[in-house]
Amino acid sequence: MSDPGSETPKRLEPPVTEASQPFWDATRERRLLLPWCTTCERPFFYPRDVCPVCLRTSFEWREASGGGVVYTYTVEHRPQPSFSADPYIVALVELDEGVRLMSNIVGCLPDEVAVGMAVQVTWEPLSDGRNLPLFERVNRAGVAR
Amino acid sequence: MRTLRGASAIVGVADDVSPTGELDRHGRELEAAMIKAALDDAGLEVADVDGVCHAESSMALAEYLGIHPRFTDSTMTGGSSYEVHVEHAAAAIAAGLCDVVVGVYASTPRGDRARGRPSSRRMPPGPNPMAEWEWPYGLRMPMGPYALAATLHMHRFGTTSEQLAQIAVSTRQWAAMNPRARYRTPLSVADVLASPLQCEPLHLLDCCLVTDGAGAFVMTSADRAGDLRRPPVYVLGAGTCHDHMMISQMPDLTLTPGAVSGAQAFAMAGIKPGDVDVLMSYDSFTITALLHLEDLGFCAKGDGGPFVEDGKLGPGGSLPTNTNGGGLSYTHPGMYGMFLIVEAVRQLRGECGPRQVDQAEVAVAHGSGMVLSCMSTIVLGTAGTLS
Repeated sequence: MSDPGSETPKRLEPPVTEASQPFWDATRERRLLLPWCTTCERPFFYPRDVCPVCLRTSFEWREASGGGVVYTYTVEHRPQPSFSADPYIVALVELDEGVRLMSNIVGCLPDEVAVGMAVQVTWEPLSDGRNLPLFERVNRAGVAR
Repeated sequence: MRTLRGASAIVGVADDVSPTGELDRHGRELEAAMIKAALDDAGLEVADVDGVCHAESSMALAEYLGIHPRFTDSTMTGGSSYEVHVEHAAAAIAAGLCDVVVGVYASTPRGDRARGRPSSRRMPPGPNPMAEWEWPYGLRMPMGPYALAATLHMHRFGTTSEQLAQIAVSTRQWAAMNPRARYRTPLSVADVLASPLQCEPLHLLDCCLVTDGAGAFVMTSADRAGDLRRPPVYVLGAGTCHDHMMISQMPDLTLTPGAVSGAQAFAMAGIKPGDVDVLMSYDSFTITALLHLEDLGFCAKGDGGPFVEDGKLGPGGSLPTNTNGGGLSYTHPGMYGMFLIVEAVRQLRGECGPRQVDQAEVAVAHGSGMVLSCMSTIVLGTAGTLS
């Protein structure tokens, strides 16, 4: 949580629910897991107790490639209280597996980001040993640049 | 589909805003004043009321007012709640569940801040997926989600910041003719583009106001409506649809569920986009208003930018839109949908003075709730549209 007394602003850290515990546990090893419905044979996001397509509860956690593309983005010019003063990029990232999630694009100037840009997951440590999935720009071979 | 067309009417409306953006009254006192004013407008008494709509608690409101309703609706879909309330009230009246329904809204964010009152904004109960999957990334609310939609619209269809800005310019032209509007000074496209970037690509003047405001409506059956004080404004069609709650779950950020709600409401009313004389469509941001034009069928998907470019939404244009000055220049207390209904009714009753649209017979109130999440479309018409 943000501490008004500290010099470096900190992120709002995500709470963990029963349904998302495996997701966050895996981030301790910097692995990105997705819940896959074993009936529909497709992943869904965000993690929840039932598949949002068939409402069955039979799903398993599978590791994602970590690759994806920027579906859309915005550059925040009025940073939120828990963020540093420079403009930063908030994006919806579409993973190779087909699900979409919100994140930040890092290691990339605001005027370099584009819809459709290839990205790869990278990790930012949280205070409790978990890591937050962020994304960085990669070339077509999937190498960070 | 069984139809609601012409079965009920809006017979009274009221709203309270101020050019200062601040109101003295607040809370239940302000809500009660709005309901009294809307009942007076209709020529009805509170004793006539047997249905109550409120986006937080219709029970608490009814107790405060001493009403024992047979129809109660606390549906909360954000800014479109009031269009949903009209839809539900129309259905209840058509089914004979009740006879006279009131709906009300009051919110005073500026007055609350100035007087040190606790904010009336509340978080939804229970585990909040937004806290887990969106808040850590610093997306600014409420403009961030709309900026995400604008970026994708620009990428896919070539929409420009100038085209979005024209919506703010046209809307301000209407506000200039409304003495109760918060902002009335003429605006240029260059002014909008020169205003500070908030969430790229949205500038400050692409964003709605934060003001105090309140309003209410009264509805009854078509049979009873004819005997009241004002010309009835009939509900011709209604439709509602939502396809997500938080923006990261929206199926397509350039296509709102208004494509579903609008099509249903227009079909029920038996109208096409070309029949609409006044469009009151929720303008939380310029991109919001642009998406509505496409999803309601006023232009093809992706053509919203070129469509608005010539100023046709403004005074003298072919599609008079947000004639009160909109959420962009009239008022926006947080859940603006009530003001769409009030202005649509006043236009159809011919009460709008310098901004009155000539021979307005069909008006649409199109509400947008949460973050492009829940759309609700109400088609309204004068007595002449029933024949």
